[in-house]
Amino acid sequence: MKVLRTLLASLLLLAAGLAVLAVATHGFRAYTSETARRIDIREHPRTVPSTPLQTADGQRTSFGELRGRWLLVDFIYTRCLTYCSVQGSEFARLQQELAGPIAADKVALLSISFDPARDDPTALADYQRRHGDRGTGWIAARPVDRAGLAELLHRFGVVAVPDGIGGFVHNAAIAVVDPGGRIVAILDWNDWQAAAGYVRRSLRS
Amino acid sequence: MKPSAGRWCLAGALLWAALALPPVRHALESAMTLHMLVQIPLLALAGAWLAQGTPRWLERSLAAWNHRGISGLLLASLAGLAWMLPLALDAALNDPWTELAKFLSVPLLIGAPVALSWPRAGFVVRGIVLLELIATMLRLGWLYLISPERLCSNYLLDDQQRLGRMLLVIGFAVLLILVWKLMWGHVGGHATHDD
Repeated sequence: MKVLRTLLASLLLLAAGLAVLAVATHGFRAYTSETARRIDIREHPRTVPSTPLQTADGQRTSFGELRGRWLLVDFIYTRCLTYCSVQGSEFARLQQELAGPIAADKVALLSISFDPARDDPTALADYQRRHGDRGTGWIAARPVDRAGLAELLHRFGVVAVPDGIGGFVHNAAIAVVDPGGRIVAILDWNDWQAAAGYVRRSLRS
Repeated sequence: MKPSAGRWCLAGALLWAALALPPVRHALESAMTLHMLVQIPLLALAGAWLAQGTPRWLERSLAAWNHRGISGLLLASLAGLAWMLPLALDAALNDPWTELAKFLSVPLLIGAPVALSWPRAGFVVRGIVLLELIATMLRLGWLYLISPERLCSNYLLDDQQRLGRMLLVIGFAVLLILVWKLMWGHVGGHATHDD
């Protein structure tokens, strides 16, 4: 009797445990929160908040104003000296690659600083210049207030942690926002070809 | 309940409460190594101490479903598996409900069942659990050590690699102790008559 009851209890526990694990891992597809974020956004696009932003030329803008075109968004801090400094050159490359759709106002690139206290318009403009900004279609901006920043990071699923030597480490990526203002994909930060291809395909269809 | 059980139970409750204090919580979650090797094991320990206060009637009815501790140890393994997922550690930091789930599930679904089941487990069950534990620590340790990418968005790469090294060291240490006991001591507990 006791053996049978134990067998029954074990089977029930196993079923319940596997069910919990299946939910937690998006059906055994995601074991890290980065993979989970990508799957979740791909399957359930999220609306971007209309956070007010200040751009490198000192102007105000917001996601609301940028609607109507495809946006490629990355999160940066301009002092970055490690791998994230390459994000800038990736965006300059995208700017060159997507010059056509950018000129037609169908695409824009947007770099948002998660270190707004240090990244004022001057620092943002300097960052773009350093990486070879070609002048149109690439906006660098910082959230106007702390609450807006927190909301943006939360919605995009960006986590920036202090690296212990004055900078940050963050889950860098290229986020795709569709013309309706929904985050529809998170792509590798160092794969501009994939980002350009995604936008091209979307414009064709 | 043995006479000393009340004291163990109280110690478990105090340990649990101490771990839940915000400064302690933040300190133990500031590094991946502390989170996985200090906070979670201490939460399990709190649960194991709390379980010493299990009333005798409850212990008897649980035991009726827990032949040789198998169900309890299975429950603890599954709960342990869930808290070994890198995304679970991240979620505990970013989402208060997951944090609450951790503070409840680690003591009640890992620590307490182990405390109630281990004395009932015989040589074979203990052997399987220990070997699986060692294998998991070595596998995870190796993964954390060699992964070029951060597996937790909230923690740094060097922290992850330190955790990997420590898991390897602990895994081998448990293995050595186990080998030592197999050769010169005993592992099996007392074979209680059990049906």
